[in-house]
Amino acid sequence: MRILMIEDDAETADYLRKGLGESGHVADHAATGPDGLSMALAGTYDALIVDRMLPGLDGLTLIKSLREQKVPTPVLILSALGQVNDRVRGLKAGGDDYLIKPFAFSELLARLEALARRGGAEDAVATRLMIADLEMDLLARTVRRGGRKIDLQPREFRLLEYLMRHAGHVVTRTMLLEGVWDYHFDPQTNVIDVHISRLRGKIDKGHAAPLLHTVRGAGYSLRAPS
Amino acid sequence: MRRANLIKSSAFRLTLLYMILFGTSVLGLLAFIYLSTIAVIDRQTEDTIDAEVRGLAEQYREQGLARLIEVIRLRSSIEGQDYYLLTDPNLRPLAGNLSAWPKEAEGAKDWVDLTVTRNSKGQEVSHDVRAQLFTLSGGYRLLVGRDTHERTNIRSIVVKALGWSVAAAVGLGLVGGIVISRRMLRRVEHVARTSQGIMAGDLSRRMAVTGSGDEFDRLATSLNAMLDQIERLMTGMRLATDSLAHDLRSPLTRLRGRIELALRQPPQAARDREALADVLRQAELALSTFDSLLKIAMAEAGVGAADLRVIDLAAVARDAAELYEPVAEEAGIRLRIETQGGAMVRAQPELLAQSITNLIDNAVKNTPSGGEITVAVGLSRSSVTLRIGDTGPGIPAVDRQRVLDRFVRLEESRSTPGAGLGLSLVAAVAKMHGAQLHLGDAGPGLVITLIFPIAASAHDSAEWRAVTEA
Repeated sequence: MRILMIEDDAETADYLRKGLGESGHVADHAATGPDGLSMALAGTYDALIVDRMLPGLDGLTLIKSLREQKVPTPVLILSALGQVNDRVRGLKAGGDDYLIKPFAFSELLARLEALARRGGAEDAVATRLMIADLEMDLLARTVRRGGRKIDLQPREFRLLEYLMRHAGHVVTRTMLLEGVWDYHFDPQTNVIDVHISRLRGKIDKGHAAPLLHTVRGAGYSLRAPS
Repeated sequence: MRRANLIKSSAFRLTLLYMILFGTSVLGLLAFIYLSTIAVIDRQTEDTIDAEVRGLAEQYREQGLARLIEVIRLRSSIEGQDYYLLTDPNLRPLAGNLSAWPKEAEGAKDWVDLTVTRNSKGQEVSHDVRAQLFTLSGGYRLLVGRDTHERTNIRSIVVKALGWSVAAAVGLGLVGGIVISRRMLRRVEHVARTSQGIMAGDLSRRMAVTGSGDEFDRLATSLNAMLDQIERLMTGMRLATDSLAHDLRSPLTRLRGRIELALRQPPQAARDREALADVLRQAELALSTFDSLLKIAMAEAGVGAADLRVIDLAAVARDAAELYEPVAEEAGIRLRIETQGGAMVRAQPELLAQSITNLIDNAVKNTPSGGEITVAVGLSRSSVTLRIGDTGPGIPAVDRQRVLDRFVRLEESRSTPGAGLGLSLVAAVAKMHGAQLHLGDAGPGLVITLIFPIAASAHDSAEWRAVTEA
């Protein structure tokens, strides 16, 4: 992926560039709002990382002007402002996701990959999701693996749907809490792990090739056996 | 300086304006009275002259010029307010109490105003006279007039009254203006002095309220309420920053110690990696502690209290319980959910959800296998009650208040992970939402009750908004 970082803190930018490079992505860097805006308008990027507080032009105004000029590149907002209102304002301005500083790099990477994928191939209102022999009918709200029906609770269904929509990519616990439960905080106990292991019990048990994998130190990934 | 203040004060200006208005209306009133009185007097004078003239005309018509002269002489001999003069065509006086045909009446016709000088008790006195002129057959001329000193008197009375009332209006206005504006200025100055004191740093000062319930009292009361709120926020923020600084010191010190320890030892890849992983974990812990503290501080200070929404507490509680259901099941605990519909409360959804998950989290950690946790939402006419009960060891009555403080962890729970901030957040969120928080004995176990004031249903609140915003 080609990624543009608009971030005024040189150290953060450097750390991000290294991390993204190691993950096989190419990252350009702009240190001010106006530079960032012109680079975002000129270049073709798969995703943008935009800090909220930038010299010259603040992040939200930058995103607004991008959207006014019909630039659809997905934007991940980075911010030290973590209040609910701040997040809502960021998404309203045209941001696609919001990550509060400080963050774990694995979290940033997972969200960025999810965003870039969504920006690239927006699956036109799919009614059926499929990974290997696991299929989900979004209209009938049924799940089958290898043709056999699997009974899921409504929340388990949404959890699996989220994982299937992000199939092949790492999904973090925080992403699941936000995407499935709409919780923007971390419960103290790691409740997500238990939900995942339950789900795993339902979809992988009795099958030779597991689909739901734990990615150490990052989260989970649903993918077809290679 | 003080005088300039006085004149610049709006009270003084207002008084001045009233003074001018009052003066103008007095002037108008007097002018009206004067003009109406004059008109009446003039009409009376003319009526009297008319009557005289009619009498004289009758005598002349019936008995001729000689009789007219005789009558005029007779009437002139009576000292009074009437003036007569009859002359021949050459204006030589034939009869009457005027010595000569007056100059003012030479070219005039009909009505004329004259000034006549009369010798009265050895003194020359001038009189204002209104007179009617006639030319009789044969060119004889007749003047019949009447003294109009009453009119002059009235005028002087009115002028005098005018002078006095203007003087009175100005005097009263000035004195009143000064007194009123001084009083107001004193109170304004008090407000100014108090706010200067507050700006200088003494946030505990307040405006004096006299108890009269006037505009100044109302102003002072709302200013005081605003100051109370500011002080509350300031105190909250100060407490927050103080405790943040204090509370973050220990995890950061631990972190620093861990790094130092690792650096003192000779390099060894495996051990260094382990140290790094440990440092990362510690840093994450410090960050999450920081987040919790910030949230608690903000909730305590009431930040975000402005964007509360009407939400269904039962739905929030069900979601939270559902999130913990698998964890509870794995721990061998039965999680029961009992909710009632219509449990609407005004709340900040995220903070409310986090508080409830904190409570359920605590309950799950403290309940032994085989136990039971109950999450119940009930409602009465005026309140919505959230009850979370467990069958764990409970909290001794003496510790129930203490556990709400930051970083307090009871001896029994030292073995489980946590920073001791969960209940502090719940307490802060309860305070922010105007909810009562009770910790009780479930015999056995702990029961935590949160009582929220009930909010009108969404439909009602829309109506209410319409009313309040109109």
